Formats: sequence, C-alpha cells, structure tokens
Amino acid sequence: MHKALKTSEPYRIMTSNPALTSGASAPSIPSSAKRKGRLTPWFFAAPGLTLLLLFLVLPFLLALVLSFTDQRLVTNEEIGTHFVGLRNYIRLFDDDSFWAALRNNFFFVVIVTPIQSALALLLALLVNQKLAGARIFRTIYFMPVATTMAVVAVVWSLLYAPDQGVINRLVGVLSFGMVGPQDWLRNPTLVMPAVMLLSIWQGVGFQMLVFLAGLQSIPLDLYEAAKLDGATARQQFLYVTLPMLKNTTIFVLITTTIYAFQLFTQVQIIANSGTPAPVDSFRTMVMLMVQEGFSNGKIGYASAISVVFFLIVLAISLVQRLLLKEERAV
Amino acid sequence: MSAVPFQPSLGRSKMIARVLQYALHIALVLFFLFPLVFMFVSAFKGDELQLLKDMGSMMAFVPHGDVSGKNFASVFSSSSFRQAFFNSTFTVSITVILGILVNSMLAYALARFRFRGRTLILTAIIALIIIPFEAIAVPLLMLVNELPWFSGTRGWLDSYQVQIIPFVAHAFSIYLFYQFFIALPKDLEEAAMMDGASRLRIYWSIVMPLSKPVIATVAVLQFLSRWGDLLWPVMVVRGDNYATLPLAMQTFFGQYPRHWGEVMAFAAMATLPTLSLFIVFQRWFVRSAISSGVKG
Repeated sequence: MHKALKTSEPYRIMTSNPALTSGASAPSIPSSAKRKGRLTPWFFAAPGLTLLLLFLVLPFLLALVLSFTDQRLVTNEEIGTHFVGLRNYIRLFDDDSFWAALRNNFFFVVIVTPIQSALALLLALLVNQKLAGARIFRTIYFMPVATTMAVVAVVWSLLYAPDQGVINRLVGVLSFGMVGPQDWLRNPTLVMPAVMLLSIWQGVGFQMLVFLAGLQSIPLDLYEAAKLDGATARQQFLYVTLPMLKNTTIFVLITTTIYAFQLFTQVQIIANSGTPAPVDSFRTMVMLMVQEGFSNGKIGYASAISVVFFLIVLAISLVQRLLLKEERAV
Repeated sequence: MSAVPFQPSLGRSKMIARVLQYALHIALVLFFLFPLVFMFVSAFKGDELQLLKDMGSMMAFVPHGDVSGKNFASVFSSSSFRQAFFNSTFTVSITVILGILVNSMLAYALARFRFRGRTLILTAIIALIIIPFEAIAVPLLMLVNELPWFSGTRGWLDSYQVQIIPFVAHAFSIYLFYQFFIALPKDLEEAAMMDGASRLRIYWSIVMPLSKPVIATVAVLQFLSRWGDLLWPVMVVRGDNYATLPLAMQTFFGQYPRHWGEVMAFAAMATLPTLSLFIVFQRWFVRSAISSGVKG
C-alpha cells in the first residue's frame, strides 16, 4: 500500500516524508535507565496493539476459520459446532441469491466507477479554473459527501416517488414527455440505476478533491513549455494534464471500485422503504452477508461470504499495486 | 486548459469559454443542491397532502402554503430522535477521542523507539489497512456476543461499548500518525530529554501539540465514517435505547403510516450537524478527504 503513496502526487500533503523503509527512528540519546527504557515503547504500544489484535486480527482469522464450520450466532449446546470442510463455499456457489448479489455489485461497479471518476475529473478541472466563485462551487459539490448516506437514501427515495415524483417529473421534462412516470424503487430493472444515481450524487465530490490535488501538483512550467510550442488548450489537456494525472486516475478508479463493493447503506434503506423491488434485484454482497449472519444467524455461511468479499477487495488492491509498479518501472 | 492567468482584455473565444463554464457550473449546482433544498423545504411543509402534490412541479422547491416548524417540533418531541442524536454524538466523540490517544501512542512507539518486533508490527499494521470492516463484521458480531463486561453480564449487544471499543484502534489512523511523527524534527524532544523529561511528558507536551494537523485529519476521518455507519448498528442494536442516527433514520423511515414531512424534518436535523461542521471546518474536511483516499 505504501508504495502507492510515494508515486501518487495527491498525498504529498500528508506524506511529506514517507520514509517507511528507513529504520532510523531510534532515539539518538543514550538512556541511562536501560531496563526501564526497554519497557517504555510497550507502554505506548500496548493499548493499540491489544485492541487491534482483539477487534481486527482475531475476527479476521475467525472469518477464515468459521467459514469452514457450521457456527451459528446462538450456539446450541446439544448440537455443537462442527468442521464442515468446503460445504459453505459449495453452497455459496449454488446459491442463486449469492450470484444475484455478486451481479448487482458488478453491475454497480461497471457503471458507477467510470461515470463517477469522469464526472469527478470534470468537476476538478472546472473548479481548478481561475474563475470567480470557484471556491463556492467546490464547497457545493463537496456538500453531499458531508451528509449522511442513510439520510441521502431516504431523501432520494421520496424524490423517486412513483407517478408525481420529482425525478419522474424531471425525466419527463428532459425527455420531452417521451418517458412516462416510472416506479423506480419497485421496478427490478430500475432499482439499481436509481441506487447508482444517488450514490454518484453523494460520492463524486470526494474524488473531485483527489483529482484537484493531482491537478495542483502538476508543475506549471509544463504548461508554459507546451504553450511556447504552440499547444492549444485541448492539446495541453491531452498531452500534459492527462498523462500527469495517470497515477491519480488509477487510484481513483481503484478506490471507487472498492467502495462500490462495500455498497450497503443505500440498498439497506431501500429494502426498508416499504414495498421495494424483489430483493435479488438490488441486494449486494454485504447486505446478503448481514442477512445470513445476523438475521438468519448463520455465522459460518456469512463468514464464507466475508472471505469471498475480502478476496475480491484484495485482488483489486493487488491490481492497483501492479499498475503503479509498472508505471515506476518505465 | 488549467490555470489560465486572468487577463484584463479577454478575447472573444475566451469570453465564450467563460460563459460556457458558468453555464456548466449553474447546471451542476442545481444537480448537487436540489435534493438538499428539497429536503429542507419539504421539512417545513406542515400540510402533507400539499407536500406530495407539490412534487410534480417546481413548488417542490418553494416553501409555501402551511410553512411551519410543526414537523421539526413533532420529530424533536419524539424521544427516538433526541436519544439517537445523543447516542451518535456520545459514541462518535468517545471513539474519536480514545482513537486519537491510542493510535498516536502506538505510532509514537513505532516512530521514536527501537525495539524488538518494531518492523514486524509496522509491516503488519500497514497490511491490516487493507481489511475492510465489512469483511470482519460477522465474526466480530459473534465475538462481541461472547465478551464479558464489568457489570458481570456476558455479551455486548445493545450497549454503548459495542459501538465504541472495536473502533478505537484504527490501522490507517496509526499509519497517518506514524508518517507525521517520523517527519517531525527531533530537536525539541532531545532537548527535553536532556532536561530529564519523561517519555510520557514528551509525548503529551511536545509531540501532541505539534501534531494538530494530523489529529484533525484523523478526527474528521473517524467522525465521518462512524457518524454515517449503518452496518454495525443494524447488527448490534435493537430498539431505540442505543440506536444512532442512521439506524433511527431507517426505523423512522420504515414506520407506517409514513408522514413524509416529519421524515424530511428528521433527515434535515440529522444532516445539519455534519453539514454545518463541514462548512465551518472545510479546510480540515478537504485535507482529510484527500488523505483518506490512501486507504483504498
């Protein structure tokens, strides 16, 4: 992960000295009380280490172990918990709901990641212009990020109201009456696009800032030189801005993809909106995991979903590493 | 394209470009503001039928007719909102404060001491950043269900501690603190050590006061992710007593008969604190958002 930091410009703000690999961090002062000194670092480290081990490392290992058992949330003393081998995984791959959830996640990723990233780049380019009011525009575009997702999903589910809803009216006007009113949250083909729109609305301001930081780290002399060579604004964008933003773009694409796989709050709220679309048309992996593990108490089965989920996130992160490594090798 | 210096006499094409940019901005402002305006305006509409009727026209964005604070008053007088507001504020602020202490202490140990296992711990913490909470939520649920508490009871479900303690230590925050600490000059600390100051005193009186930027970043990041979390409350909280705002929002939203004016008032009141914090501390939010990107 830290290798990505060194190559990507936006993190300059935070990482003024990413000297992770240097071990030169010991105090240069000789300690007189050596024995006492030996325990001091552990005094500082112990609370954090204990909590990390108990609430991050242990549950992570538990997920791996439990996914091979029939562990339930409420343990039954008589039946007990057994090692069941790959049964959970085999069931998972036979489970239509799991494939539906995976498909929903992938559908979301394939649409949202490119659109959200492109829109974020456009917003960053716009607010980076020396234009009166650019700061105010930036504030407004970031405002949805500072709102709570559960609230956003509730507000949008009223906007999506069937018949006389705001979105229906808007779609009607924009399509010159060609598209009639839709029941966005109950229609199995429309519910995911509806979730996508509100997710982009809420999240794009965040990636805009990442792109903005990337844009501002491009040396201005590059543009000067390009201008001297007679490059038009379009050429400057294509041959200076875009190549210089390569790492930022990879980073934005990867993080947006990972966020997309974590999709939960929006669909959970919609599931509670009364009479939503059939659940398999919008349930995501995380939501399925919560329902199997918490509502149905099938910890072993839900752990198998967790493991698959983690492997997907891990694979995406490895792709990011690979892409950035390649970049540095050139 | 980027950073064109302002020139007093704009060419014709530049004028057109500028007008186009403003036009684009106006369209975008409308897109980003209309749900928020809609939420606030609807919250003030006392007449539910009128609120629903307005949705088919621009009147959805205009406060008119029975404009009153009635919805706010009735949401506020119901106990669930006030309780949830307190629960959110309480659990999130305790998590953030404890998190700053615990994570910075661990980072300080890693940045300023040489001890056995230091490199291993550092590498492990960086590796842990990649584990998303979603991947450990289910086994964590089982774990906290078995943990004892001081009152002698077993199981942390339906409590404050279950929404605080698992989130105090945070690998990415430790990493941010570590990065900041190794970049700090050591002169002051060395001088203090010469004067016989203890390590704890150096950490508390020299290092932490110098670390305000990273403290702010970590605080904002933790605040945003904890304040908005719905996944964990859905799993560990039943009823209103320990529900935080997102969970209370879900419950209130799911109640029938649904009164949209009140739902919007609830939404507006749940949004206002984060939105106003953002406007006041915008600089910190922006900085945190950028550095949080690293998490991936």
